[in-house]
Amino acid sequence: MLCSGRAKIPQTGVKFREEDMAKLKISDLAKIKEQVTQATSLREGGAQVKVTVHMGTCGIASGARNVLNAVMEELTKSGRKDIIVTTSGCMGLCSAEPLVTVEKAGAEPIKYSHMDDAKMRQVFNRHVLADEVQTQWVLAKGSEQ
Amino acid sequence: MKLFRQHWLICGGTGCQAAGSIAVRDALKAEIQKQGLAEEIAVVETGCNGFCAMGPVAVVYPEGIFYVAIEVSDVPELVSEHMLKGRPVARLFYKEPATKSVIPDMMDIPFFAHQKLIALRNRGILDAENIDEYIARDGYQALAKALTEMTPEQIIAEVKTSGLRGRGGAGFPTGLKWEFCQKSPGEIKYVLCNADEGDPGAFMDRSILEADPHSVVEGMTIAAKAIGSHEGYVYCRAEYPLAVHRLQLAIDQAREYGLLGENILDSGFSFDLHIYQGAGAFVCGEETALMRSIEGKRGMPRPRPPFPAVAGLWNRPTVLNNVETWANIPQIIQKGGAWYASIGTEGSKGTKVFALTGHVNNIGLVEVPMGTTLRTIIYDIGGGIPKKHRKFKAVQLGGPSGGCVPEQYLDTPCDYEAIVKVGAIMGSGGMIVMDDSTCMVDMARFFMDFVQEESCGKCTPCREGTRRMLQILERIVEGEGREGDIETLEELAAMIQTSSLCGLGQTGPNPVLSTLRYFRDEYEAHIRDKKCPAKSCVALLDFVVDEAKCKSCGLCFKNCPVSAIEWEKKKPAKIDLSKCIKCKTCFENCKFDAIN
Repeated sequence: MLCSGRAKIPQTGVKFREEDMAKLKISDLAKIKEQVTQATSLREGGAQVKVTVHMGTCGIASGARNVLNAVMEELTKSGRKDIIVTTSGCMGLCSAEPLVTVEKAGAEPIKYSHMDDAKMRQVFNRHVLADEVQTQWVLAKGSEQ
Repeated sequence: MKLFRQHWLICGGTGCQAAGSIAVRDALKAEIQKQGLAEEIAVVETGCNGFCAMGPVAVVYPEGIFYVAIEVSDVPELVSEHMLKGRPVARLFYKEPATKSVIPDMMDIPFFAHQKLIALRNRGILDAENIDEYIARDGYQALAKALTEMTPEQIIAEVKTSGLRGRGGAGFPTGLKWEFCQKSPGEIKYVLCNADEGDPGAFMDRSILEADPHSVVEGMTIAAKAIGSHEGYVYCRAEYPLAVHRLQLAIDQAREYGLLGENILDSGFSFDLHIYQGAGAFVCGEETALMRSIEGKRGMPRPRPPFPAVAGLWNRPTVLNNVETWANIPQIIQKGGAWYASIGTEGSKGTKVFALTGHVNNIGLVEVPMGTTLRTIIYDIGGGIPKKHRKFKAVQLGGPSGGCVPEQYLDTPCDYEAIVKVGAIMGSGGMIVMDDSTCMVDMARFFMDFVQEESCGKCTPCREGTRRMLQILERIVEGEGREGDIETLEELAAMIQTSSLCGLGQTGPNPVLSTLRYFRDEYEAHIRDKKCPAKSCVALLDFVVDEAKCKSCGLCFKNCPVSAIEWEKKKPAKIDLSKCIKCKTCFENCKFDAIN
């Protein structure tokens, strides 16, 4: 029995919509694009922060699941509703995993490398909640494209 | 509209205003007027850019320079230095508080700057388990275009124009493969994806399936329309549980949206996709063995022709491409074959993904335009060799089917033909960097051991020949090599290459041949002098300290796990051979190459 022991990744971020399962028409693609862009863009009135935990096999192997659990716990504690936590795949620099991206409205995304449970909690409380970039763990700012 | 040579965007958000940005703006304007620059430089007030803690902040274009905490007293210097003389004022750059170093821009980091993402364009950006995010990144637009605006011939023509070649390693032109299959008669045809990635150290396909599974689903569906197929399989090894999980989710979600199944996007075209999990036999990455495995039989190759385009899965015309090839297809359809063909070299178009591993600082997954040199990949993207006292020796490309490229050919570009010329192959993208602590004979033995283990046993040259080659290599690294061994290896290699049934055997001797080509002296040292020049083969090491070279640093003494080393300050170390377990920890720690 392969993969039966795999823990389920906690539900995060904007999820695949369970309702509205009608088969798509071509015009629906543009509609979904618009909806998702609105829901995930960081703008006034919507979400203010997006935290992405990179969870490829490399990330998971180096502890990304603990990092994700930590950020989910801190998010619950904070009671904030305008913070999206989501997962994504490997961004290529496997030797620096676990990697986490913090995007705040109006600011460039910040990538943190070599994260763990404790570092993630500090990043959440100081950077996500209080705007102090934890530069000692920053890999880079910006995005690849 | 007036053209300015420089734009100064001063933040006028509440935070920066409170910190005095209006006064700075006015002072800048006044100083510009005074210096007679009003016709050349524009000062613009912007909204909050989010960095309130460091306000007042300003961004200068076209340079893109970011100034923080500007005060009115800084203005004369900014104007005379930056605006007049073009020298940005470094003391006002953003500095990291702890170490005072500036946070680099992601695209200023060589690891990212030299890459160009096509197959990996969504990596790290979208949630692979959510189809909506893929659609938001223009996913399934290419499929919509292919289904409603293009004929099968047009799709194939576009792929042919792109110059895309099979990324599994052989480099067969993808468009041509599709055309053969499209022209093969038959009602039932299949589209297959080879996700049976097996080269040691390679993880390109796994990473694509984990990060962006929909790109593969979309690529396969486009091909289905082109060749007239209604069913497809992804053959993925079961030891990639996360890739299988995410791909299955992607297929389920695409089906629910009607992007797979009957009447896709209301176009009248139907196609469905299944995952077939392989048990991890390397030979099942060979196309005919892969198809037999899906049929439920033992995964063994058969002679070609007939080629799969004529008689593939269940003897029906079949197109089989590798994961990375599929991930390129949606981009080619969406942006056009000419766009894709504008990237790369004469014979190799687009980009190639490599799994960079071994003795290199930035281990990871990289995608570079074809034509990028191996040196750029290893030194600029990879960050070079980690251990300072070690030197680059060779890079292994193409896994057990490939070969190694030594230092003198590091400027070889990534190009199918150029790499073959230096004795290796492009391969599926495994790139193992080796420093001078690697024994090339032992490396060849490792790959031969792998090939021998994975040989399916159907044809004699591969089954028996690789076993004999392995025995000889094992003898050599054990210090029992004989005169004539090298010649026997070469003779066997030539025989196996020419008479094996499938690619596994035909390419299996390559690692031995390419190491013999560049490192024949190492083989000879093992056989004649019973020495391993890289000091790697345990049987050929004496475990004696060279007192002339020893600097008495004590590192070997501190790291020896069985306390077999005697050492005092200022005296050379000595190894007690009765206690030594030959673990080579002392070799790895010695910075002066003082242990023999």
